[in-house]
Amino acid sequence: MRLTRQITGLMSFLAIAALVACGGGGGDTGGAEGGGETATPAGTPPAAVADAGSVNGTIDFTGSAPANEPIDMGEEPACAEKHSSPPTRETVVANEGKLANVFVYVKEGLTGEFPAPSEAVEVDQNGCVYIPHVIGVQTGQDVAFKNSDGLLHNIKAAPTENRPFNISQPNNMTSPRSFSAQEVMVPVQCDVHGWMEMYIGVVDHPYFAVSGDDGSFTIENLPPGSYTLEAWHERYGVQTQQVTVEPNGTATVTFAYNASMAANAVVPLGTPIDPHGHHQAGDR
Amino acid sequence: MRAAATSFARFAALGLLPVTASAAIAQQEDHPGRPVYDRWCAGCHGEDGRGEGDAAGFMLPRPRDFTQALYQVRSTATGSLPTDADILRVIDEGMPGTAMPGWRDALTEREREDLVTYLKTFSRFFESETVEAIDFGRAPAASDEVLEEGRQVYQTLECFKCHGEAGRGDGASAPTQEDDTGFPIRPADLTQPWTFNGGGTVEDIYQRLRTGLDGTPMPSYTDAMEAGIATEEQLWSVAHYVKSLGGDLPVAREVVESSRAETVPSSPGDSAWTDVERFWIPLVGQIIVRPRWFAPAVTGVWVQAVHDGNDIAVRLTWNDRSQSPDPTWSEWRSRVMEVMEPHEGPGAAAADTTGAAPTVPPAPDAIAIWFPRSPPTGMERPYFFMGNARQPVYAWQWENGTGAREALGRGPGRLETLGGEGNGLTTEAVFDNGQWSVVFRRPLAATDTENALSFPAGTAVPMAFFAWDGDNGESDTRGALSSWYFLQLTEPTPPTLYATPLIAVLLTAGIGIFAVGRAQRRERMSEES
Repeated sequence: MRLTRQITGLMSFLAIAALVACGGGGGDTGGAEGGGETATPAGTPPAAVADAGSVNGTIDFTGSAPANEPIDMGEEPACAEKHSSPPTRETVVANEGKLANVFVYVKEGLTGEFPAPSEAVEVDQNGCVYIPHVIGVQTGQDVAFKNSDGLLHNIKAAPTENRPFNISQPNNMTSPRSFSAQEVMVPVQCDVHGWMEMYIGVVDHPYFAVSGDDGSFTIENLPPGSYTLEAWHERYGVQTQQVTVEPNGTATVTFAYNASMAANAVVPLGTPIDPHGHHQAGDR
Repeated sequence: MRAAATSFARFAALGLLPVTASAAIAQQEDHPGRPVYDRWCAGCHGEDGRGEGDAAGFMLPRPRDFTQALYQVRSTATGSLPTDADILRVIDEGMPGTAMPGWRDALTEREREDLVTYLKTFSRFFESETVEAIDFGRAPAASDEVLEEGRQVYQTLECFKCHGEAGRGDGASAPTQEDDTGFPIRPADLTQPWTFNGGGTVEDIYQRLRTGLDGTPMPSYTDAMEAGIATEEQLWSVAHYVKSLGGDLPVAREVVESSRAETVPSSPGDSAWTDVERFWIPLVGQIIVRPRWFAPAVTGVWVQAVHDGNDIAVRLTWNDRSQSPDPTWSEWRSRVMEVMEPHEGPGAAAADTTGAAPTVPPAPDAIAIWFPRSPPTGMERPYFFMGNARQPVYAWQWENGTGAREALGRGPGRLETLGGEGNGLTTEAVFDNGQWSVVFRRPLAATDTENALSFPAGTAVPMAFFAWDGDNGESDTRGALSSWYFLQLTEPTPPTLYATPLIAVLLTAGIGIFAVGRAQRRERMSEES
């Protein structure tokens, strides 16, 4: 009886909490229209700005990309079956001289506050891999961690500027979580499946993107001005570049990565080389 | 002291602690907890609170880094800070299964409370974040139904993925586990609740299920509960079930009694063993001689012994996460060696130049028992750790793959195979779900009487143990050992022992009756005369 009361109490509390949260979220983000691609790695296009321009960019890659480590999913046949070709890690995804999974964001030059969009960015755990492998999100915006595998995953986020957490998902379910401080990048890992890892770029504005398989990215609705752009790749490190966006203009940038930059690698999750310095690449 | 201040200044310069650094330094300088911390805590946790004190390198898991405010044992949701009471609890009670001792009896209440607030100054998170303890309610009573439900929920929540089917911490994902700082970490052996970092009561276990152990791979199940995947009641059932796997820390007794039986079982699976009393021998890392070993995997061994008129059999049972050498654990082995012996491990030189992990040759699981070569006459015993050159020990050793050997221990790390015919030692071993069970069997009387012990009836014989988990990087002097214990062969009481008092009683009574009778007769005669 007592338990039933507790559960009922919990449910009503959650219901109220949900109402409050939804109401608050709606009020904050009046300008989130055009956000049809909320589930993509790119940022939610922000509210229209007068004379806004954009940045079109490409991530070039020269040299031969190392083969990604194959994943042995023998212990999870249900996941192995979901892959038509043998699964590998996504450490370096390079095609025809273009590099994917590079997080690009405006590091300097912005002023003002940018309310968080109410739409969550989804990260799916499907086939015992994270889809996508790299995302960007705004501070205060939810990341919806979804389990489509119906088997035990845990989601361990290991930020240093934000609070780390570790959630168990023993079945199909979705857990929303948000980050309050800017941090590039937040590593996320599944301890049940040691090969599962992904990265989240948390920035306090909507001007960020993740390069696609063709190496391209777009940052839209940028107020005219001069900015420092930073590009981050988990193996090849961080680069910055100045860019000037003219009113209603489109600036074009190219970040050039090459295979010899591996020395700049962000130390992969869990490698006990420098336990305290490995999340800082984006901050320096 | 200066080190801590400099360190903070460095952080401030890097912009990592932009606003709070100077405030934190000022706050730390005068803090009443500071002298207590510097004296008692800094040796492991470091003066700057980063968990890199002088002794830290000898520990696995490593001491807590307070600058990240990441605390395992909390009453708060995952990702939240602990309450002051949570921090105080760990200071008071320590963390079982780690090097962290409890300080309740060593420090005053005031000192411990000051430590709590001082620890919080190491992290800026405590300046802004708020904490709220979860109301866990109270544990429902255990019953057979609850335990059965717990067993099922253990399956549906897939706890076995890390903790193993039998709960011995040997799940499929166990070899890849690492903590927040990238150090290898073992899933808890659920059959040993006395090693649980957050305590081994049903309430403790339930709370860890709800909050997770932040900084470790153990996640929180609160989200899953709220998503309806497991009810609050079911999580309590799991807690009861987990507790039922282990119970309380067994009391180690100094004398292992070998009981007398009609026949002696040779097989570890023989049902005869269920009736034989078992004795718990705790083992600790070998840290006397180099290479020392601070990260032992085997925490203790259960010992049972039986003898008949001819033979003795000793069954050793201990938990071990793998049947070493097991290739799925080879990376674990390298990582353990790398963090425990960065400058000593094989391949360390190569690692310095290439950054590659040192390669450690695969080693088998093994266990050894040693005895003096002959029953001691007085208090003197050989050196407890594999003897020495002057007074060697006689050893039984079993190794996965190669089986039994008899050896002479001539000092730490010097077990030399006994020459000659040997004394008929045999072993049989079984590995099941993270547990070895090995029976040693030998005739009571030795053939090689100079080097091997003949087991005497009724006399306590010293014996000591050493266990190696090969996949944990253990071989040679790296492993877990015990001090001297004793083996006593009990004998059925001989019939004469019952007969002698009886004869004495009868004799006394007879003499008495005769004497009294004679006295009475004499009295009668004197009265008559």
